[in-house]
Amino acid sequence: MAEEKKLFKVKIDNIPVEVEPGTTILNAARLIGGDVVPPAMCYYSKLQGSGGKCRTCLVKVSKGSDADPRPMPKLVASCRTTVMDGMEVANITSPEVLEARKGVVEFLLLNHPLDCPVCDQAGECDLQDLSYEHGVSATRYEFKRRTFEKEDIGEHIKLHMTRCILCYRCVFTADQLTNNRQHGILGRGDHSEISTYIKASLDQTNFIGNVIDVCPVGALTDRTARFKNRVWFLKPVDAHRECHDPNCCGKTVLWMRGDEIFRVTARKDKYGEVEAFICDTCRFEKKDVKDWVVEGPRKVARYSVISQGHYVGVHKPHETVAKVMDGRQPKLLMDIHSVSEVNQPAVDLSKIEGPAHSNDFPKNNGAQ
Amino acid sequence: MQALTNRAKPVDRRPMTFFEKLYLPAIAKGMGITFKHIFRKKATVNYPEETRPFSPVFRGLHILNRDEEGRERCTACGLCAVACPAEAITMEAAERLPGEEHLYREEKYAARYEINMLRCIFCGFCEEACPKQAIYMTETFAPANYQRKGFIYGKDDLLIPDPKNPITVNK
Repeated sequence: MAEEKKLFKVKIDNIPVEVEPGTTILNAARLIGGDVVPPAMCYYSKLQGSGGKCRTCLVKVSKGSDADPRPMPKLVASCRTTVMDGMEVANITSPEVLEARKGVVEFLLLNHPLDCPVCDQAGECDLQDLSYEHGVSATRYEFKRRTFEKEDIGEHIKLHMTRCILCYRCVFTADQLTNNRQHGILGRGDHSEISTYIKASLDQTNFIGNVIDVCPVGALTDRTARFKNRVWFLKPVDAHRECHDPNCCGKTVLWMRGDEIFRVTARKDKYGEVEAFICDTCRFEKKDVKDWVVEGPRKVARYSVISQGHYVGVHKPHETVAKVMDGRQPKLLMDIHSVSEVNQPAVDLSKIEGPAHSNDFPKNNGAQ
Repeated sequence: MQALTNRAKPVDRRPMTFFEKLYLPAIAKGMGITFKHIFRKKATVNYPEETRPFSPVFRGLHILNRDEEGRERCTACGLCAVACPAEAITMEAAERLPGEEHLYREEKYAARYEINMLRCIFCGFCEEACPKQAIYMTETFAPANYQRKGFIYGKDDLLIPDPKNPITVNK
């Protein structure tokens, strides 16, 4: 069998596609794109060995292959199942799959605290999107949810184990991007938790910050941006810089408000996966516009809450007063900063180490 | 010219009759209408002493609510600000320190919270968006002021007094 370029013909939701042998159903669906792509919470195309844990990508294989046309007896995880020639897969056309996915979402949300108003991930959270799309609005779970203490793993990363859905992405990231993994899964079954063994710090390697980006929920968050602003009030801007680390691509998204950089993340594609990993120096230490070459505003999907209030193609009317009045500027009746205590130009919230606390907000600071 | 409606009445320019020239019947008729209105229900109220009841769905000045233990409910999630069509609401969040649990309900809270009443259109979307039942619209108006700066309402103006510690008035 020496034909190297023999492509398998697969039908996903009756859409034919030809893929190379060894491709998973999920990746074949991603070649088609659009609605037929199964959602994935644990699979991450840039991390080897990821996938197969969350079961959100379950699909129905209605025809195994041309050679053996029997359907697979159970729903299969599309991120781990490779295609066969002539395979027919049903994702959104199968009510069985949609029902199963609804159940999976309910399972994922059993112990999830749903503290989205507090969580920094809200607005760009995969689980939030997934439950919004597939979940039911109420839970049937009556028991106490599993809770953990919040943990600072290292100087820059905050771990909220309560929010974790055990996707193992961060463990794979630490294994494959850094040479010294400090954290992993402790315990088994319901007791398993992400943690470091005896309070180790994760900051010893320069790529560990990527666990924040790969985390599909708000379990691992950036301490330098913690609670400082909501993602939908920030403006994502593509930027790059010359990074000295050879493994770092230096291409990032800056989450800005005015001239302040609140957060630096890697660029994520439409599946929420980063395009290339960035180093911790870029992520945590370069919070000044002068460090970056800004390329332009990042394209955000229209349905995303992040695009709220970011108007595209705005034509601002010209201020005619100065032209008509021989250069005299319009009279400013009130400078909002002389009254308002919020967003004062002199105070850079983004420059505070870690989250802001009550001592960062002096009473009546600057207000008259 | 064609009339726009067919309700136009031609002006009666005939000379008045003797009965009409007396005027007295017309005066009596006019006074009759006047006195009839005296005994009717008044359309106005004596405002400061008497107020009209508000509709139960009236949307007035905002307050920030506290929970039953007197802790601030607002967690600075920003949903009111993103729902606000007038972009009147701004806030800055902070993390609760250990020992501040009696002040704030969640681990994050609004250290600063401002509503610009000049921008606010009292649509009530903030109240609807709030997931923590923290912001409510009351049955009062925003009082008038001579200067614009009096309309920037901070947390001092919005937060209701603590029912547990009524002495610590917020101002």
